[in-house]
Amino acid sequence: MTEVATKAKRVTLGGLNAYYGDSHAVKGVDLEFAPNQVTAIIGPSGCGKSTLVRCVNRMHEELPGARATGSVRLDELDVYGPSIDVVSVRRTIGMVFQRPNPFPTMSIFDNVAAGLRLTGTRGVKLRERVERSLIGAGLWEEVKDRLDAPGISLSGGQQQRLCIARTLAVEPEVILMDEPASALDPIATLRIEELVEELKQRYTIVIVTHNMQQAARVADKTAFMLSGELVEIDSTERIFTTPSDSRTEEYVTGKFG
Amino acid sequence: MEAGTSVATGSRPTIGRLPAVRRQDVVFENGLRLVAGLILALIAFFFVRLYVEASPAFQRFGLFGFVTTNDWDVSRELFGALPLLVGTLITSAIALLIGVPVAVAAALFASELCPRRFRGPLTIVLELLAAVPSVVYGLWGVFVLIPNLQGFERWFASAFSFIPFVGGGAVRGPNYFIAGLILAIMILPIVSAISREVIATVPQDHKEAALALGATRWEMIRTAVLPYSRAGISGAAMLGLGRAIGETIAVTLVIGNAPTIGKHLFDQGYTLAAVIANEFGEAANDPIHRAALIAAGLVLFVLTLIVNAGARYMVRRAARGVRAPSGGRAAAPGAAAA
Ligand SMILES: Nc1ncnc2c1ncn2[C@@H]1O[C@H](COP(=O)(O)OP(=O)(O)O)[C@@H](O)[C@H]1O
Ligand SMILES: [Mg+2]
Repeated sequence: MTEVATKAKRVTLGGLNAYYGDSHAVKGVDLEFAPNQVTAIIGPSGCGKSTLVRCVNRMHEELPGARATGSVRLDELDVYGPSIDVVSVRRTIGMVFQRPNPFPTMSIFDNVAAGLRLTGTRGVKLRERVERSLIGAGLWEEVKDRLDAPGISLSGGQQQRLCIARTLAVEPEVILMDEPASALDPIATLRIEELVEELKQRYTIVIVTHNMQQAARVADKTAFMLSGELVEIDSTERIFTTPSDSRTEEYVTGKFG
Repeated sequence: MEAGTSVATGSRPTIGRLPAVRRQDVVFENGLRLVAGLILALIAFFFVRLYVEASPAFQRFGLFGFVTTNDWDVSRELFGALPLLVGTLITSAIALLIGVPVAVAAALFASELCPRRFRGPLTIVLELLAAVPSVVYGLWGVFVLIPNLQGFERWFASAFSFIPFVGGGAVRGPNYFIAGLILAIMILPIVSAISREVIATVPQDHKEAALALGATRWEMIRTAVLPYSRAGISGAAMLGLGRAIGETIAVTLVIGNAPTIGKHLFDQGYTLAAVIANEFGEAANDPIHRAALIAAGLVLFVLTLIVNAGARYMVRRAARGVRAPSGGRAAAPGAAAA
């Protein structure tokens, strides 16, 4: 498979605020996720990392009482614009969740095909796309002989790669990953990290992690959040060696969190 | 019947004498076993008792003959229960056909689509339907449905006359369709309540997975909610069927009580339960009539047992599709519902 690096899209957050009822979970964040780069978001538990990424593909508003203000731009397009269809936003900005969540009643094939079927893809084209997505998620060799087996018969790590394949199948521009490896063992985690490296050739990738080594291994840029605020974003190397904010330094050197 | 074996002890294994706690468990376990056994014994007793009382009818008409003969005529002392059995099956089938889709739609609407603040009231209204006495449904059928639906029924019969059993005869006042419709309304609360419970067990994870793929609400219901709750919803439908098969008073008011097999959907008929209620009084002095009615009761009993067994089988089979073969984390929803 020869991968020509294709230009993915840039995501720009401007003054993003997110609320759960009265509680203010993300406070005025300005941030940019550069195309064909991996941006890691780190920070102590409860600082608003998940909420932030869920605002990017407008999943946040699915929760009762949840709302967001500010802007999220995909290149020039305002994701929260009045004429924008949420469904198309979520197709363009894919998401991988913390716990592998393949559809339990569906086979491996059908799990990957699920999103495609929603868009009316059928027949040979569907099979090609499923195969391509499974190859893209590094799972094809392991499952090609048992595509009819239930998705949940796979191991945890394979299930997570299945979920990644399912996300790739609808051909997004951006992939958000919310602690995608935190439920996995170290070897499965490594597989996911390798995959993230490959995927950035084609996509803009945002990965939330509580694991600083992971951020250091996979991310080009790292953002540090604290209590709903963005403390700083910089190249991963600088964040872990010479951060400009003392709170970042305390966090990455393990003084709290 | 597994109640006796499912008592979790939770205590660590200890070597030596049974500690007092363990002895309590043993007593408790055996107590539950006893209760479960008693219930089984009671059912067996019912069955035997009914069979003994009904045996004069079975002797005269034969076990098979009683169920398959299309002739129920009290004046000639001929008792073939086929028209009643057919009536019961037809009305119950209509009830399921109309009631289950509406019930599931209501459950989906109440749990996934309706704005949050309307969910409570909607649920209460649905459950109120269960509180209406069945005789009231019957009277409502007689005074409201029968007169007002005549026009619709005639139109339907002629517009869809190409469907077998729909057209081809005069629309009678009381008929299978009206009885089925009343039954559909009566099973609505239980079917939708159980469906709602089952739908509530669908993990948020799966729903979010669908939404994140760009599913609309309805597509999310189709990809994540319905497949996961299929087993439980079938169980709910079967419970509704059980209720429809046994319903007596409402049906007897609107089915016409004609002991023949109706020729079409809008023809009169009779059901097992209705015939027992109507004729038991007059049968007091007629041993063979009485035996025949009890035999009808036995057939009803066996029918509900079959439906229940069918429900369990379906729920179990559907649940297997959901459960992870390698001890995964997806639970089997609704397995408890039946
Ligand atoms: N569904 C919710 N309802 C109310 N508050 C929530 C909800 N989810 C998260 N929060 C709150 O929002 C804040 C940020 O949470 P989250 O984004 O999940 O943090 P992180 O992913 O960094 O651990 C926390 O204070 C958390 O308690
Ligand atoms: Mg989180």
